[in-house]
Amino acid sequence: MSWFERLIPPKIKVRSALNKRSVPEGLWHKCGACSAVLYGTELERTSQVCPKCGHHMRLSARERFRTLFDEAEFTELATSLQSTDPLRFKDSKRYKERLSDAQKESRESEAVICAHGRVAGSELVAVAFEFKYMGGSMGSVVGERFVRAVDHALQTQTPLVCFIASGGARMQESILSLMQMAKTTAALNKLHEAGLPYISVLTDPTMGGVSASIAMLGDVIIAEPKALVGFAGARVIEQTVRETLPEGFQRAEFLLEHGAIDMIVTRDQMCSVIAGLLKILAPSSGRSIEGELVF
Amino acid sequence: MDNFLEFERPIEELSAKIDELERVSQTQNIDLGNEISKLETRRQKVTQDIFSSLDPWQVTQLARHPMRPYTLDYVGLTFDGFQELHGDRMFADDRSIVAGIGKFDRWNVALIGHQKGRDTREKLRRNFGMPKPEGYRKAQRVMKLAEKFNLPIVTLIDTPGAYPGIDAEERGQSEAIARSLSVMTGLRVPVISAVIGEGGSGGALAIGICDRLIMMEYSTYSVISPEGCASILWKNADKAPEAAAAMKITSADLKRLGLVDEIVQEPLGGAHRNYERAAAHLNASLVRHLEEVSNMTTPELLGKRYERLQSFGEFQSAK
Repeated sequence: MSWFERLIPPKIKVRSALNKRSVPEGLWHKCGACSAVLYGTELERTSQVCPKCGHHMRLSARERFRTLFDEAEFTELATSLQSTDPLRFKDSKRYKERLSDAQKESRESEAVICAHGRVAGSELVAVAFEFKYMGGSMGSVVGERFVRAVDHALQTQTPLVCFIASGGARMQESILSLMQMAKTTAALNKLHEAGLPYISVLTDPTMGGVSASIAMLGDVIIAEPKALVGFAGARVIEQTVRETLPEGFQRAEFLLEHGAIDMIVTRDQMCSVIAGLLKILAPSSGRSIEGELVF
Repeated sequence: MDNFLEFERPIEELSAKIDELERVSQTQNIDLGNEISKLETRRQKVTQDIFSSLDPWQVTQLARHPMRPYTLDYVGLTFDGFQELHGDRMFADDRSIVAGIGKFDRWNVALIGHQKGRDTREKLRRNFGMPKPEGYRKAQRVMKLAEKFNLPIVTLIDTPGAYPGIDAEERGQSEAIARSLSVMTGLRVPVISAVIGEGGSGGALAIGICDRLIMMEYSTYSVISPEGCASILWKNADKAPEAAAAMKITSADLKRLGLVDEIVQEPLGGAHRNYERAAAHLNASLVRHLEEVSNMTTPELLGKRYERLQSFGEFQSAK
C-alpha cells in the first residue's frame, strides 16, 4: 500500500476496489506459450492465434464455423438433441448440474455443433467440438449428432470435415459413451462406402476415445501446430511406465514424425488447405456417384 | 484354488475348518464325515448369501480375480485343434492378444481374445492383458482372414485397457483401435463377443464390435476403470467403489441398459471355482448365438449390425 492510498478514507478504498473488478472480463488475454498480454479483439481477428509467437489457443466451435464457411454463413443440424442423464450419474456433483453449468459456460447445447454450408463455393458438412462443454467429451448426444451430420453428408453427397477438441469419452454416461466410438465409426464406414471424403482436423486436445475413433479415421488427417493428440493421457502413462515423457510427446509434430497424421496446418491456412484437398477428392471433381466416370 | 477376497472371509474360514477336519480324520483315522458335510452345507449357504448380493466393487474384484479363467483356459476347454496365429506382419507379436483358428462345436471359427498371465513372468509376457497397437493389428489381420474363409468370429474380452505407454503411443494406439472398430463394423462374417473378465474401455471395444454380446455374470464393462474415474471425478482413487457403482459396469447393469444379449451364469463362488462348469455355460451360450446369426444372409447380418450400433445411446429431442 502506498502512502497515498493510506490517506484515502476506507469507504473510497472499497469503491476503488469495486471499480477495479468492473473492468470487462475477457478484454485482455495472456498467451499460454509466450505470456504476451494480448487484446481480445486482436485475438478474434487472428482466430485465437498469438500474433507474437504463433501459438494456437483454443477456438470455440462457433468461431471455427464462422472462419470456415463462406461469409460465415451456415445452417446448423440436429440442434434439438439433448442429454437425458440415463445413468442418473452423480460424483461430487450431479451430471444434470454439470450439463447446465457446461451450457452456461460454453453457451452451446452440447459438446459438438454440426452444420452445412459452403466452403470456397462448394457444399460441405462440418462438425466442431466445443471444448468448453465438459472438455468436449463424447456422450450419447455427441455421437448422435455426429451420425446425423454423416447422414446429411450422405443425403446431399457432400464431404465431411470434423474439427476435434476433446478429452475423450464422457465418463458420466459410462458404457453408453464408450459405445459412441462404435456408433460413429459405423457411420463413417457408410461415408467411406459412398466414396465421400472425410477430413479430420485434430486440434488441442484430441485424446482418448475420440482420438481412437473418428479422429484417426480421416481419409486425410490434419493437425494444428502443437496440438496434443494421443490415446492415453500423460499422467496415466507416467504412472504406468514410471519415467518422464520425452519432450514434445503426443504433440502434433511428434505424430507427424511417427507417421500418424498427414500434415500440420496453421489456422490461417486451414480453410484453403481443406478447400484444396476437397477440390481433388470430392465427387464433383469428375467421378460420378453412379460409378461411371464423368470427365 | 484358495485365494479368497476380502468379502469372502466367512467362506474362507469355513473352508479352513473343513480342511482341518479332513486332515484330522485322515491322520487320526476318525470318521468326521457328518461334521464335514454339515460344514459343507453351511459353506454352500454362506456362499450363496454372499454371492446373491454382491456390490459393483465386489463384482469388479471377481472380474479381476487372479485365478479367474482366461482366454486360453476357455479355448483349452471348448476348442478342438486350436491353431494360434502370431504376429501383425508389421512390427511384432503382441502376446496380450491371442488369435487363431479352430473347431468350436460344429463350426470352424476364428478366435480372438485378450490374454492375461497367471504368474509374474507370464503376467509380464502378456503385459497384464494390455494390448499395444501390434496386438490390435494382429486381431485385424486374423479377422480379415476369417472373413476371407467365411469363418464366424468369437472374441473373448478380458483387459484392464489398451496399454498406456510411450511405445504404444508412438506406434499409433489410437489409430490401431479406431481401425479395429472400422474393420469389425464391416466384417461379412458373424461376430460373437463375450466379456469373460474385465471389459476395459476402448482396449476392450476394439475387439468387441459384434452381432451378439454375452457377459459372464461377474464381468464388467466400462468406459474407464473405476480407479481412473474416481481419480478424475472424485480426485481420489480410493473412491473407486463409488465410481464402480455410479458407472453401472456389471453384467446386470448392462443388461438393464439393453446392451447385452445374455448373461452367462457362473458356478457358485465365481468362474474361478469351477473352470469346467464356467466353460460349459459359456460354450452353450456361444453355440446358441452362433446358431442364430449363422442363418442370416450377409446383407441381413450387416444391416442388423449397423442397426445395433446405431441404437447405442440415450437422448431426447427438445420440443
